[in-house]
Amino acid sequence: MDIWKLSAVELGKKIKEKEVTVSEALEAALLQIEEKEADYNCYITVDRAAARERAQKVQKRIDSGELTSALAGVPVAVKDNMCTQGLLTTCGSKMLENFVPTYSAEAVNRLEAAGAVIIGKTNMDEFAMGSTTETSAYGATKNPWKKEHVPGGSSGGSAAAVAAGECFFALGSDTGGSIRQPASFCGIVGMKPTYGTVSRYGLIAYGSSLDQIGPMSRDVTDCAVILETIAGCDKKDSTSIDRKALSMNDSGWTGMDFSAALREDVRGMRIGIPRDYFTDGLDDEVKASVLGAAKTFEECGARVEEFDLSFVDYAVPAYYTIAAAEASSNLERFDGVKYGYRTAGYEDLHSMYRKTRSEGFGTEVKRRIMLGSFVLSSGYYDAYYLKALRVKALIKKAFDRAFETYDLILAPTAPTAAPRLGSSLSDPIQMYLSDVYTISVNLAGLPGITVPCGMTQAGLPVGVQLIGNCFMEKKLIQAAYTYERAAGKFPVPSERRGAK
Amino acid sequence: MANVICDETMESVAILAKLALSEEEKEQARKDMERMLDYIDKLNELDTTDVEPMSHVFPVSNCFREDIVSNGDGSASLMANAPEKRENQLVVPKTI
Repeated sequence: MDIWKLSAVELGKKIKEKEVTVSEALEAALLQIEEKEADYNCYITVDRAAARERAQKVQKRIDSGELTSALAGVPVAVKDNMCTQGLLTTCGSKMLENFVPTYSAEAVNRLEAAGAVIIGKTNMDEFAMGSTTETSAYGATKNPWKKEHVPGGSSGGSAAAVAAGECFFALGSDTGGSIRQPASFCGIVGMKPTYGTVSRYGLIAYGSSLDQIGPMSRDVTDCAVILETIAGCDKKDSTSIDRKALSMNDSGWTGMDFSAALREDVRGMRIGIPRDYFTDGLDDEVKASVLGAAKTFEECGARVEEFDLSFVDYAVPAYYTIAAAEASSNLERFDGVKYGYRTAGYEDLHSMYRKTRSEGFGTEVKRRIMLGSFVLSSGYYDAYYLKALRVKALIKKAFDRAFETYDLILAPTAPTAAPRLGSSLSDPIQMYLSDVYTISVNLAGLPGITVPCGMTQAGLPVGVQLIGNCFMEKKLIQAAYTYERAAGKFPVPSERRGAK
Repeated sequence: MANVICDETMESVAILAKLALSEEEKEQARKDMERMLDYIDKLNELDTTDVEPMSHVFPVSNCFREDIVSNGDGSASLMANAPEKRENQLVVPKTI
């Protein structure tokens, strides 16, 4: 048995049934890291000693019957923008090269309470600003399907680690597509839940009104179980939503018993395909794969039809205005006073701030801080920032209209498969456009999931995205699960290549 | 319409952003920003006269709680992150 190829839930079951020990599971992942990390660079930090010690402790608590969760003993990787107590958390930046958090993010706490074993922290675009994981201060991550290609971003390290078997599942964060796009590029499942579903406490903020933590996994079953573990109202996050208190007449769809939605049934489900997503910028092979997935849904009994979503071309410019504005405000805290990088030479307080930040931040981060400071500055605030917030309202309304008719929206996750390393950074706007299908979902606060749906001729995975109305994760999971069963499980990279 | 950002605006944005950019970086930042603003200007194609700005998708309100300490004394681990310290205090340049 190749332990490393198991899904998280399969592994959890074997651990529970004493077929595999927690230490064996951990060593299986560590061996993959040993063999592949030099090629892929998925992790910024791997804490072998702490993980081994924790594996022993978790095993004892499983043996005593204290830990019974489906993820008990399963090794997990955490994106490096989530605080982990006592474990280096860099956010992919030189600014936090020495930052050791004094507390853990709520999502991390919930995973640990369920008995998951943290292996390490995954690589990411600096402060989650980027779509390729190339803006990381710790080197680019490579796509496990083809090393010359990017894994996507900003959660590229998490996506690549899951695809390569360097962990059994991972946490990512998604501000404009940062879970779904890399998941799609690496041939795995990734989900951004409805805004407010997973606590942002301990997530290093980028665009606070858009940020959401979510699962990155080998299959839809894992995705549902992980989400069930990390979701829940948290008083430490003022935007956290008490979904239990929502009294909606929805026949159970808005519940948080996500694994209950792992059912093969899309009969009668109405699925809309936005005509305006299938335009010029979309690669032909991606288009064919995504429409192939739509056909599978139809064959499974869903009612699939095209419609006009509208405002599609306005999502990216609205997003970059809002995200840059929030980033410029959120990143003010990095001043070299209490933690993180501090410049070596300065004259006074202000020169310390400015030199620290200029030396600590990379190009893309500075670009967005500058833009954000500009659009929030007096004289430009109304014309840019407020304008973008008004357009956001229009985009939300367009989705509201669509969900009056459809249960789900089916779309590509990204316009192309993973681009080559080094081909994206030279033209920022081009890079931003790679998030065109994911960004509006964040603006409208909706849940979205990506599931692998094909391969390009060049051997790179393609993902199909399903978008649901607010709190409709269970509909997404049920549809994605039905599709996965119909299409067959997606392989891991080495199976496809026939390598070791 | 192509956006042109003057030196004065660039300087004030850099002050707001608390960044000290070299001349070269400043030129690049200007070019990047002008290009982004040209792109963002696309939003002006939409008439939003009667549309309220939407900051959050769901209504948010302040979350109040009693002012009771619930965590322990974390000063040692907090101070361990300090770039410069003396006698368990952060060292900063003279501020007044």
